[in-house]
Amino acid sequence: MKLVTAVIKPHKWEDVREALETFGVTGMTVSEVSGYGRQKGHTEVYRGAEYDIALVPKIRIEIVVDDGEANDVVDIVVKTAQTGRIGDGKVWISPVETVVRVRTGDRDSAAL
Amino acid sequence: MDGYYAFMLVATALVLMMTVPALALFYGGMSRSKSVLNMMMMSYVAAAIVGILYVAVGWSMGFGGDGTFFANPFDLFWLDGVDTSGYIGVFFQLTFAVITVALISGAVADRMKFAAWVVFVPLWALLCYFPMAHMVFSCTDDSLICGRIGAQDYAGGTAVHINAGVAGLVLAVLIGKRLGFGKEPMRPHNLTLTMLGAGLLWFGWYGFNVGSIVFTGATDEENVAQFFSETGRTFGNTTLATMAAILGWLVVEKVLHKKATSLGAASGIVAGLVAITPAAGAVDLSGAVAIGLIAGAVCAWAVGLKYKLGYDDSLDVVGVHLVGGVIGTVLIGLFSTSEGAGGVDGLFYGGGLGSLGDQALGALVAIVFSGVVTTVIALAIKFTIGLRLDEDGEVAGIDVAAHGESAYDIHTGGGGAGSSGILAPKTAPLSQSEGARA
Repeated sequence: MKLVTAVIKPHKWEDVREALETFGVTGMTVSEVSGYGRQKGHTEVYRGAEYDIALVPKIRIEIVVDDGEANDVVDIVVKTAQTGRIGDGKVWISPVETVVRVRTGDRDSAAL
Repeated sequence: MDGYYAFMLVATALVLMMTVPALALFYGGMSRSKSVLNMMMMSYVAAAIVGILYVAVGWSMGFGGDGTFFANPFDLFWLDGVDTSGYIGVFFQLTFAVITVALISGAVADRMKFAAWVVFVPLWALLCYFPMAHMVFSCTDDSLICGRIGAQDYAGGTAVHINAGVAGLVLAVLIGKRLGFGKEPMRPHNLTLTMLGAGLLWFGWYGFNVGSIVFTGATDEENVAQFFSETGRTFGNTTLATMAAILGWLVVEKVLHKKATSLGAASGIVAGLVAITPAAGAVDLSGAVAIGLIAGAVCAWAVGLKYKLGYDDSLDVVGVHLVGGVIGTVLIGLFSTSEGAGGVDGLFYGGGLGSLGDQALGALVAIVFSGVVTTVIALAIKFTIGLRLDEDGEVAGIDVAAHGESAYDIHTGGGGAGSSGILAPKTAPLSQSEGARA
């Protein structure tokens, strides 16, 4: 199994969720996060005092999927979250050793 | 003059509203979320303390008789000898004392020990504001700024704004900078509060300026005529100067910093109101627009001075009230018209340099008086109970340190906890059990 983690622009979240659901992803964990990449935040001015606001708000999506589906899920996220402008985010895949469904004790693929 | 009396009831309530809650909202929104309650409390508690002290000796010192600096504090002690029909005049002036003291608090946001503020407030009102009100507003023969110098000040450019602005500067210097000043971002935490506060200040300022009419007629009929013509002038000037100052501030901001901001508009409102305060009765509509534009533009630039000069006047009491107060007071010397309340022509209206000299001298006297008195009071507090909150309290936030409260039950750190508050520290049961033990 693989863990797909995507960090995307907040206003793209609904589009991405819809596309993933259509594909057949049954669940995910979503959190509001902040960070920065190459675009390095923005500047705000208050009565002439300029502040560099380093952190930009993002949505982080975490999905555990079977090995064969990981690349498709990544493609869907990239396709739907892409605006072509700086700050679109990142997606990455990491290996997962085991998964257990808390309610039943099912393990691995049965738990997804 | 029944209409006048009814109007003054409203005007007095309006000016009190300028402090509670308008100024508190204006300042509170600009402070950080960990110190907004303390910021607002400084205004609320100043109102309570100064109001009662004003009835005790403030009215007597200001308006109880003649004197260069003040009148006998005990002639009309606790309004003994003032008929209740005269109370509304007393309470109108009381609201001016309240807001002047409250204005100072913006200079020391986040870091002044609450006990030190509670001690500073009555001392400053007693030794600095009540005398200044006498020198400016009583206008007795011997009173320094109005009677002797002959400077015009319709509603308090000197007594209120220069006075509070200088006091703010002195306190900011003596108390020192906020921890992290110039290094950490200290953004206003809620500009919607500030916009609301600025709007309410504008509304209340009609009571402040228009209510400051002083009758000069020999008969009731003359006074009625003066009431109609002068309130129209002061209302109109207050309105147009404020509008012009918004534009002045925004244009300068756009040029200097590339953005016209909401905080700039809110600040422009206050800068314009401050500058037209002394001039409300003296100028015509063109003069009011000129004063507003100049005040908005210059104050927008002046709020940046603290970074160059290295004092932490946190919410720009100096940049807005001192600078705006000086601009309004001195520009009377240029734009005053003899058709106005003072009956004096300024330089641009064919009156020569006389008025300009009087106005500049009046402003200077106010600056020196407030500077000296505030320094003495602030040093006395600094070397007895201390002015400043301890470092741990300032880092944690003065709301919790001084008042044991937080303004908001949300955690806006921007981390992964989202806004559900589930990961927020569970403080309630702990504090309840502590309360039960005590």
